[in-house]
Amino acid sequence: MLKLKNLTVSIEGKEILKGIDFEFEKGKTYAVMGPNGSGKSTLAYSIMGHPAYEAGEESRIEFNGTNILDMEPDERAKEGIFLSFQTPLSLSGVKVFQLLQLALNGKKDPLQIRNEAKKYAQELGISEELLNRPLNEGASGGERKKMEVLQAAVLEKKLLIFDEVDTGVDVDSLKSISNFLTKHKEDKTYIVITHYNRILHHLKPDYVLVMIGGKLAKIGGPELAKQIEDEGYGSIK
Amino acid sequence: MTKPQEDIQFDYKFGFSMPEKAVFKAEKGLDEQKVRQISHIKKEPKWMTDFRIKSYKVFMGKKMPSWGPDLSKINFDDIYYYLRPTENQAKSWEELPAEIKETYDRIGVPEAEKKFLAGVSAQYESEVVYESVNKALSKQGVIFCDMDTAVREHPEIVQEYFGTLIPPHDNKFAALNSAVWSGGSFVYVPKGVKVALPLQAYFRINSERFGQFERTLIIAEEGSDVHYIEGCTAPIYTSDSLHAAVVEIFVKKNAHVRYTTVQNWSKNVYNLVTKRTHCAEDGFMEWVDCNIGSQITMKYPSVYLHGEGARGEVLSIAFAGKDQVQDAGAKMLHFAPNTSSRIVSKSISKEGGRTSYRGLVQVSPGAENSSVFVSCDALILDEESRSDTYPYMKVKENDIEIQHEATVEKLGDEKLFYLMSRGLSKPDAESALVLGFMEPVTKEIPLEYSIELNRLIRLEMEGSVG
Repeated sequence: MLKLKNLTVSIEGKEILKGIDFEFEKGKTYAVMGPNGSGKSTLAYSIMGHPAYEAGEESRIEFNGTNILDMEPDERAKEGIFLSFQTPLSLSGVKVFQLLQLALNGKKDPLQIRNEAKKYAQELGISEELLNRPLNEGASGGERKKMEVLQAAVLEKKLLIFDEVDTGVDVDSLKSISNFLTKHKEDKTYIVITHYNRILHHLKPDYVLVMIGGKLAKIGGPELAKQIEDEGYGSIK
Repeated sequence: MTKPQEDIQFDYKFGFSMPEKAVFKAEKGLDEQKVRQISHIKKEPKWMTDFRIKSYKVFMGKKMPSWGPDLSKINFDDIYYYLRPTENQAKSWEELPAEIKETYDRIGVPEAEKKFLAGVSAQYESEVVYESVNKALSKQGVIFCDMDTAVREHPEIVQEYFGTLIPPHDNKFAALNSAVWSGGSFVYVPKGVKVALPLQAYFRINSERFGQFERTLIIAEEGSDVHYIEGCTAPIYTSDSLHAAVVEIFVKKNAHVRYTTVQNWSKNVYNLVTKRTHCAEDGFMEWVDCNIGSQITMKYPSVYLHGEGARGEVLSIAFAGKDQVQDAGAKMLHFAPNTSSRIVSKSISKEGGRTSYRGLVQVSPGAENSSVFVSCDALILDEESRSDTYPYMKVKENDIEIQHEATVEKLGDEKLFYLMSRGLSKPDAESALVLGFMEPVTKEIPLEYSIELNRLIRLEMEGSVG
């Protein structure tokens, strides 16, 4: 579904990703782990198309067979890619409903959007009032992460990248986010960037990818996450 | 005063013009004879003719204001000062000449009148060509008519207030207006009467090189309440037009007046307006001022808080695109104890446009226990554009509370990326952020107008990407 070919990425001339080759398959769940500064977030931003991240000339990111590297972020979103931000911004004066309505641009009836958002808010345990406020204004860390997950669901994306959806989130919220993602998994592909095995107990990845120094250092099953939890990244050779 | 047509390239729905069929058009330029002629045509009483002549002399003696935007391109000899579009004022839209009726149909005035207005006044060039007011309101003693009619039919009220709050010598353009004024609204709300629906005035300039000088006077007696809305549009011409209005408002004890402006002049209009309110004990004045159009706007709605407990508010939005200067702001003068003022200004500049917030807050000795709140935020959309803030505070009283906030922000790349990652195109993302920025002010405007305002802003934003 998503193919990375010799992906090198630099920001302001500094190379962060140093040649990554990997294919993500449809319907699977992937965990991406690695020490700070290993390039996990850069990977997420590059797939979504942040303009500050520059891919190398030989690099390709193929999504369902098309190279998306020249596409704008909104075009990639329309292809079905979603990025849940590590630190979701607050937007003054822009309400979640407005945002969803603009994003769906007539593809869903406004009433349907409203009903879905309300339903998902309930499942995630966020108050409906938050939906009527400007996005994330006065929201806690946990609420912000839940709002990201809610947007992904209403927008019905196919490839969902969660950049540390578990950081700054209390145990109960983590549980409701994980349960929500499990419940709505269907044939979606999840890429879960995380520092902790905690969320993986709930989400049960098919594969664990370990990134070190901008490269894929090791690929394994769930046992790899357990090993990292017990022995640290030093044990990856 | 001409500039190349290709400078004007935005999508302006109201840029059409109709054939000029004036029943009377004064010659270009201004002299004392021209001023007398206007007064004569209007069959005015002597006191008004004298007022005009005196004002004309003040105008001639005053220098152009030099502290703000560049006005040197205005050529007073190249302007038509008086143009009478119809013989008589119409009481129904059908009575109007076809081209004038069509103009208002295209702006959407008759439609709005049916839906949600208590009264409508439509000014075309120099004169109010159509007027209607809800009959129930007339029975309650509410007067809503054009200023010329008011001079004829209510001279005792007009003479008591006219030009007392903004005298001719206040500034050069107030003097010019006082000399050649024509049209504008007169609103009188008797004691205790609350006008539930808004009264609306539409100002339309149709001819080239024209000067529109409407004069508005609003008197809200004790305990009364009224909301007045004005909208302004004009065709796109390569030559410049001038709009210099004077608006005086008297808010009596416990009364409330809200004055909303949606200014959308075409970008060849100089919009130089003086607006002031006298606010008595426990009175409340709100100016909601939205400036989207015009070439240069200079406008600083003021509230003189004379009575104890009086409140004043200015909420404003200014949008300056290519070749536009929006020099807007507010003045709050505290003369009495327990008075409070609030200024919220939001400005947006793009494609080389300039916005300035120019504000004055003055607290006189004895205005103790007063409070002042000023917040001005500027949003700059690109490197060529500019925003300046000139907040003056003259405080001569210790026992008061003052809050002042000012921010300047650029449209952040991270916010754009966030919205685009959700599937919004770049122009959609930009307008969502701009509309979000303005939201604290737009939510105060009646729904019909805030929708229109948001539509206008979105159009302006799309133009930037094109």
